[in-house]
Amino acid sequence: MTETKKGWKDLPIGGNILEAGNSQHYFTGTWRTYKPITDLDKCINCLQCWMFCPDNSIVIKDGKMDGQDYDHCKGCGVCAAICPVKAIDMIKEEK
Amino acid sequence: MGKYIALTGAESAAFAMKQINPDVVAAYPITPQTPVAMKFSEYVANGEVNTEYVTVESEHSAMSATVGAAAAGARAMTATASNGLALMWEIVYIASSMRLPILMAVVNRALSGPINIHGDHSDAMGARDSGWIQIFNENNQEVYDSFIMALRIAEHPDVLTPAMVCQDGFITSHSVENVMPLTNEQVQKFIGKKKFKGLITADKPFTMGPLDLQDYYFEHKKQQHEAMKKVFAVVEEVQNEYAKEFGRKYSVIEEYRTEDADTIIMGLNSVMGNVKTVVDSAREKGIKIGAVKPRFFRPFPVDYLRDLLPKFKAVVVLDRSDSFGAMPPLYSETLAALYGIENAPMIKGYIHGLGGRDTNLAMIETVVDNLQKLKDTGEGNLTFEYLGVRE
Amino acid sequence: MALTLKDLINKQIPLNGGHRMCGGCPVPVIVKQVLMSTDHPKIIGNATGCLEVATTIYPYTAWNHPWIHNAFENVAATVSGIEAAHNALSRIGEVPEHNKDAKFIAFAGDGGTYDIGLQSLSGALERGHNMLYVCYDNEGYMNTGIQRSSATPIGANTTTTPIGSESYGKTQSRKDLLSIVAAHHIPYAASTSPHNWMDAMKKSKKAIETQGPTFLLYFAPCIPGWKIPSDVWKKLSETAVKTCFWPLIEFEDGKWSLTGESKLIAEGKMPKIPVEEFLKSQGRFKHLFTDKNKHVIEIIQKDVDKSWNYYKGLAGY
Repeated sequence: MTETKKGWKDLPIGGNILEAGNSQHYFTGTWRTYKPITDLDKCINCLQCWMFCPDNSIVIKDGKMDGQDYDHCKGCGVCAAICPVKAIDMIKEEK
Repeated sequence: MGKYIALTGAESAAFAMKQINPDVVAAYPITPQTPVAMKFSEYVANGEVNTEYVTVESEHSAMSATVGAAAAGARAMTATASNGLALMWEIVYIASSMRLPILMAVVNRALSGPINIHGDHSDAMGARDSGWIQIFNENNQEVYDSFIMALRIAEHPDVLTPAMVCQDGFITSHSVENVMPLTNEQVQKFIGKKKFKGLITADKPFTMGPLDLQDYYFEHKKQQHEAMKKVFAVVEEVQNEYAKEFGRKYSVIEEYRTEDADTIIMGLNSVMGNVKTVVDSAREKGIKIGAVKPRFFRPFPVDYLRDLLPKFKAVVVLDRSDSFGAMPPLYSETLAALYGIENAPMIKGYIHGLGGRDTNLAMIETVVDNLQKLKDTGEGNLTFEYLGVRE
Repeated sequence: MALTLKDLINKQIPLNGGHRMCGGCPVPVIVKQVLMSTDHPKIIGNATGCLEVATTIYPYTAWNHPWIHNAFENVAATVSGIEAAHNALSRIGEVPEHNKDAKFIAFAGDGGTYDIGLQSLSGALERGHNMLYVCYDNEGYMNTGIQRSSATPIGANTTTTPIGSESYGKTQSRKDLLSIVAAHHIPYAASTSPHNWMDAMKKSKKAIETQGPTFLLYFAPCIPGWKIPSDVWKKLSETAVKTCFWPLIEFEDGKWSLTGESKLIAEGKMPKIPVEEFLKSQGRFKHLFTDKNKHVIEIIQKDVDKSWNYYKGLAGY
């Protein structure tokens, strides 16, 4: 995540950021103290976690929930709290 | 070329705007700018322009909507005066930092308080560090021509910086003069098509106005700084083309009867008309005097002044605004420009015409007398005082 | 387009991960619900505030739409300018194909809407711009460190209405913004809450598809500001609605109605819960649960009932 900082000659003018959505190169996963672990066998694919995840960190594969994106998941626990079948556990992050 | 038409200063700005045919204008009434907004609204009502006129509820929103429109990729303009410019202040800085080539007709008026509706430069001078190009204009023809040229300057890819086209409230804005406009076709050909892209017109989505902290803000300010440094090269190019195409020759600093002058009076906007009249009568008395009128205050024409002013023995600088507790703006920046130059002239400043007080010929004749004393004896060198105030 | 999660997951998300909103903040969810409710291209304006600051820390942006931040109090005017530009550029054929059918959306917090941005909002609503203005209401100036706004409810402990020997927090009621907005006689306005995503997305879709100015007032619990854990806001939002602290209201073509849980409560099909249930889990109201301050809970209950009865009446119950 180390970025080479450009000088004024190379930066776009006006403070514009020309690459849409490039925050995905910034990893907020380092913020976590608790980590969501999903038991995919329990998951019923209701996709509520996708709707309520504030960090776009529910991974979808072939139309189904496939765990979390740990690069960006901040460990807020919303997915675990709202999961109707308790398929997600929050465990202490090991650093 | 068209033919002469009678226009006020405000109408001259509105007429130039009409011929440019901007995509969006957002303006709010304030004396003495109102006739710009009124006249332009008539053009909209009569279908003479393609413009969306946003009838905002304040000057703050006028500048905000203009920023939104320019950011979207539109040619966008506004107009204001005095407290209206003061209310815009926050967004005036944002417009330039976003590098939006907005044009703004500024009808210079005293800032409150006490409230006063007449002409002085305290409004524009307060915005001198806002990152806008500032063009000052003596008369209606100049207002018109500056508007057309300002668009080319502001939109130039090396510049991409907004510009204020200033004129004195009432003295210029409400006085009728003959103005020789270009034809619509000439204007359109001269300004050309927009080259900048915005949120609507760009191929891909992008982000404008992000949070810019210690690690990048400084670089973005440097970019603004460098863009300003390129303005005069563009101005020269645009002025030359304008002169070649239309026969009206402007320069960054206008000189009047300076060829053999040893003293000159310098100032901005309409007072220079009176100054030229007094120069003519002083010349008849054998005084070797001339006038110097910077047309730009931002960027400040430092190199031009360093070249020009050492030709004279003594200079008077007229400021139509005060900088309380400091030297007034044109005077102080001229002094700073001359620092360290061998043969720099002696220099004296006057603060004149605040709140629209008339700077009449008699007052300027006094200035001429004092200027000769300054030249002959050095009396008053490096001082400044109020001109024509009652004790 | 049907609003089903199975469809939605295949679409481009408006706000990427890697933004720096607090862990668990519902505001990115609000953005997702609003912007994914239709497939139109959208141009976004954002007032200064948490959402703006934390999603665009240079050189990173979380936004996948064209997006602009101008200042705090002027997002409505800024988006007015963008919409005007679209009209003018459309007439001269300068709008590229991919933005021909663009919609214009403003996001602002309650500080930028109820307080400093109210004039700009009112002007834009009166002029009739074709835009949706979304106020995410977290009931205070949270980005600057939890100061009271005119959206802060009675009794809340904030850093400018701190509790003390002579203070139980804010003493004034919330400003009734929805009625102020409706008084502009715009075609559509509504309040909603992110926990009821279907209510929120249906309203968003309607607001975006309606010609003219439209408005959404969105409940937005704030984790540090309300002193709540990061994973409770969905439940808390639901409680806010079920206590009628935050009714789900719609104002369409001059007619008021209630939706979701609020409609069920008005019809007697769902119980109305005491407001205490909403207050008790939040640190900002903790001081009310003492002998000295418990009378304030009654004041809040009266305040909630008054507002609820007013809107219930408007909706014809």
